[in-house]
Amino acid sequence: MGFEGIGAAVRRREDLRFISGRGNYTDDINRPGQLHAVIIRSPHAHARIKGIDAAAAKAAPGVVAVFVGEDMAADNLGGLPCGWQVKNKDGSPMAEPPHPVLAVGKVRHVGDPVAVVIAESKGAARDAAELVSVDYEVLPAAPTLEAAQKPGAPLVHDGVAGNICYDWHLGDKDAVDAAFAKAHKVGRLELVNNRLIPNAMEPRAAVGEFDPASGDYTLYTTSQNPHVIRLLMGAFVLHIPEHKLRVVAPDVGGGFGSKIYHYAEEAIVTWAAGKVKRPVKWTAERTESFMSDAHGRDHITVAEMAMDKDGKFLALRVHTQANMGAYLSTFAPCVPTYLYATLLAGVYTTPAIYAEVKAVFTNSVPVDAYRGAGRPEASFLLERLVDICALEMGLDRVEIRRRNFIPASAFPYQTPVALQYDSGDYNATLEACLKAADWAGFEARRAEAKKRGKLRGIGISTYIEACGIAPSAVVGSLGARAGLYEVANIRVNPTGSITVFTGTHSHGQGHETTFAQLIADQFGVPMSQVEIVHGDTAKIPFGMGTYGSRSIAVGGSAMVKAAEKIIAKGKRIAAHLLEASADDIEFKDGKFQVAGTDRAKALAEVSLAAYVPHNYPIEELEPGLEETAFYDPKNFTYPGGCHICEVEIDPDTGVVQVVNFCAVDDVGRVINPMIVEGQIQGGVAQGIGQALLETCVYDENGQLLSGSMMDYTMPRADDLPNIKVGTAITLCTHNPLGVKGCGEVGAIGSPPAVIGAVVDALKDYGVRHLDMPATPHKLWQIINANRPRMAAE
Amino acid sequence: MPKVSLTVNGKPASAEVENRTLLVELLREHLRLTGTHVGCDTSQCGACVVHVNGASVKACTMLAVQCEGAEVVTIEGLAAPDGTLHPMQEAFREYHALQCGFCTPGMVMSAIDLVQRNPQGLSDREIREGLEGNLCRCTGYHNIVRAIAAAQQVMHGKVKELPRAAE
Repeated sequence: MGFEGIGAAVRRREDLRFISGRGNYTDDINRPGQLHAVIIRSPHAHARIKGIDAAAAKAAPGVVAVFVGEDMAADNLGGLPCGWQVKNKDGSPMAEPPHPVLAVGKVRHVGDPVAVVIAESKGAARDAAELVSVDYEVLPAAPTLEAAQKPGAPLVHDGVAGNICYDWHLGDKDAVDAAFAKAHKVGRLELVNNRLIPNAMEPRAAVGEFDPASGDYTLYTTSQNPHVIRLLMGAFVLHIPEHKLRVVAPDVGGGFGSKIYHYAEEAIVTWAAGKVKRPVKWTAERTESFMSDAHGRDHITVAEMAMDKDGKFLALRVHTQANMGAYLSTFAPCVPTYLYATLLAGVYTTPAIYAEVKAVFTNSVPVDAYRGAGRPEASFLLERLVDICALEMGLDRVEIRRRNFIPASAFPYQTPVALQYDSGDYNATLEACLKAADWAGFEARRAEAKKRGKLRGIGISTYIEACGIAPSAVVGSLGARAGLYEVANIRVNPTGSITVFTGTHSHGQGHETTFAQLIADQFGVPMSQVEIVHGDTAKIPFGMGTYGSRSIAVGGSAMVKAAEKIIAKGKRIAAHLLEASADDIEFKDGKFQVAGTDRAKALAEVSLAAYVPHNYPIEELEPGLEETAFYDPKNFTYPGGCHICEVEIDPDTGVVQVVNFCAVDDVGRVINPMIVEGQIQGGVAQGIGQALLETCVYDENGQLLSGSMMDYTMPRADDLPNIKVGTAITLCTHNPLGVKGCGEVGAIGSPPAVIGAVVDALKDYGVRHLDMPATPHKLWQIINANRPRMAAE
Repeated sequence: MPKVSLTVNGKPASAEVENRTLLVELLREHLRLTGTHVGCDTSQCGACVVHVNGASVKACTMLAVQCEGAEVVTIEGLAAPDGTLHPMQEAFREYHALQCGFCTPGMVMSAIDLVQRNPQGLSDREIREGLEGNLCRCTGYHNIVRAIAAAQQVMHGKVKELPRAAE
């Protein structure tokens, strides 16, 4: 379809409103009569609430109401639900303690919501919040994985012994043990995957509204999936049926996973709006975001790889502890299990794998999916372990990868950890990336850097991920409490313009452009005739939202299915108008044509006939031209690729500069290369952030030390390099577009390449591995401690 | 409550505000100019950058009452009355320098001031250093740097039309 269709770098149509200040984010919404809510949060990691005195606050100017946990309990409201149940090794269900919307009896992390003050203005609510006196009995806290698993550790939840949420495993332990028994060599690695705080630039916000005349509730919220919020909040928390609850997620300023989940504040403002009969708005201050948005990662892992004499991988054994935080966030249990251990084959033919994962409650903010979700943890451990294996074997890092790659001829490829990869060509992405990064010329650059007093290193990662989430029956058998299909409704309007309603949600991904290109391509019409609508449960039939790089693979496929239905009906209408058989009608370039003739009807003529059915096969066909499709994917999609990072370290300061970064990814068919490139660059930036800058720190009392943008190191423009992105694609074999997804590959592939480069730069200092982030402080200590030895040698 | 009178995007504006009201609150809540965003509470993110008397200012660091008589320009006031975009706005679209759009207004306002303060022209490295006060979580900055590098050529009169991004 030429310039606007699939494959064209069309400029984004959403940009005009964003560059002119006309976006419509949740905090931009103001409803008539609106009140403002301020949440009072626990300053303690673990404490008993002995009493709350809100009398002074209730009497303060402008205050309309103050609510505490008992007020919600009195309305028989439910707790915040968890959407995924993981089972223990013995088949018993995980521990699933209650998660009250406002704390009742106890608080379990700094930031746990305790009360809400609702007032005429934000200032009045803030002032009154200062007057609420909460009497806490402070209890010992267990804020980290280590602290929560010590003998005698404080219990986060009474009745959850040892703070263990679940003790789960996957794979064939006996086969792995047997392979290790005959191994020529073993590579072993202990590592920490550092805890991250997502920090989408738009803080979360929510506006609740109640219409006493109809009994209808509306929630405007910063969500990646409004239908999921409607389901979770309506059915489980507030007991409002779907037809009386509308959830709108307007423009959303970034999510990265953190806006998937159903949060307490959404339920608080919706419920409170019903209580006070006026709209109630809450917007997080960034400090609140740090202590209430779900965090990411936070694993401690021991991994071992058994190898034969040629460096072929025989078996992989992994033991991981994963931090759940104080409560189970919506999808938390599946992240370190089904989105992690199932990826441990990576791009390699390792025949036997056994993974054990212990999930642990701690007195910290809940941990859930953050860009990549489980897969960055898998790729970091595997790619770092492969580098260690290369050292053990005395093999080149590229050579050991080549020896173990799943060959391009082996697809579909069944891994020993449940997944079946449909397509890929790992040598192709590797070779393209080696070339783009001039891997062969590196030693000359290292020598040149040495003359300037700099330590230069290069790192590589060849990774895979699973996205396009997900086949409903498969995830259902693994404990998901939802289906993971997607929905598209296509309405061809009477004069031929097209409105598409999608259950996915765009919060930076550019869906209004990419999907319009896709529809323009399907129908052979200009993009200007196509409108994409998302983010409102009152407009869109249903949907599961956007996460897990699923929008094009699942949502786009739903659009193709709906388009096929439209075209099938259009053929029957055209056949009537052209007095031909429907079997003889072809749809091409926006026209229904009698095959082999020049007799044709344009889409707009057919749609007009459908809505003005004067000359119409009314006995056989209903009027109208609108179709809905639910698409349930047959498999995950498997993007993969190669990332190469080159760094220079200043030995006097320990500062790492990324001097070159190349990514060559296989994301399947590319609809808009400009948008795909931007998605990958953004993902890589977050990966470099994890590797070099970002980490969440709690002190021993559970106080969040990295609780502001002055303490948590967000990557800034001068921390990052230009990021070179290329693609080398194979098509997905099981969806109609051949697409795989591109939202997370950058964050999944990059951290091991960055750390590999830092380790390589420090190889003369006896460094085999470094945990993230590789801060100047950490590196300077290593360099300085080894200086005398280096000088002596 | 004190009354503050100022010029916003070329038009007179006034509002009764509390002493503690911030400029960004005046703009967003009193004047309903919601293009200026609030992304943090420690003056780190730069989402709220506007121009006050021609210079970029984080609107969360200035009290509304300090703006008596000031000329304030926000993202809404950049385009010409006929809708023609400022070259920096146009460059952000052309070079895909935004994704979610939340940091964009502050980023554009900072970038314009940065370019105006440096008529000699900026290298990519200098642009990166000049953006020290603005955070973006989506783009990795790569395309923001390209957009500013292209826009400065138009703003300094080196070229008449914005250079197109390579396909």
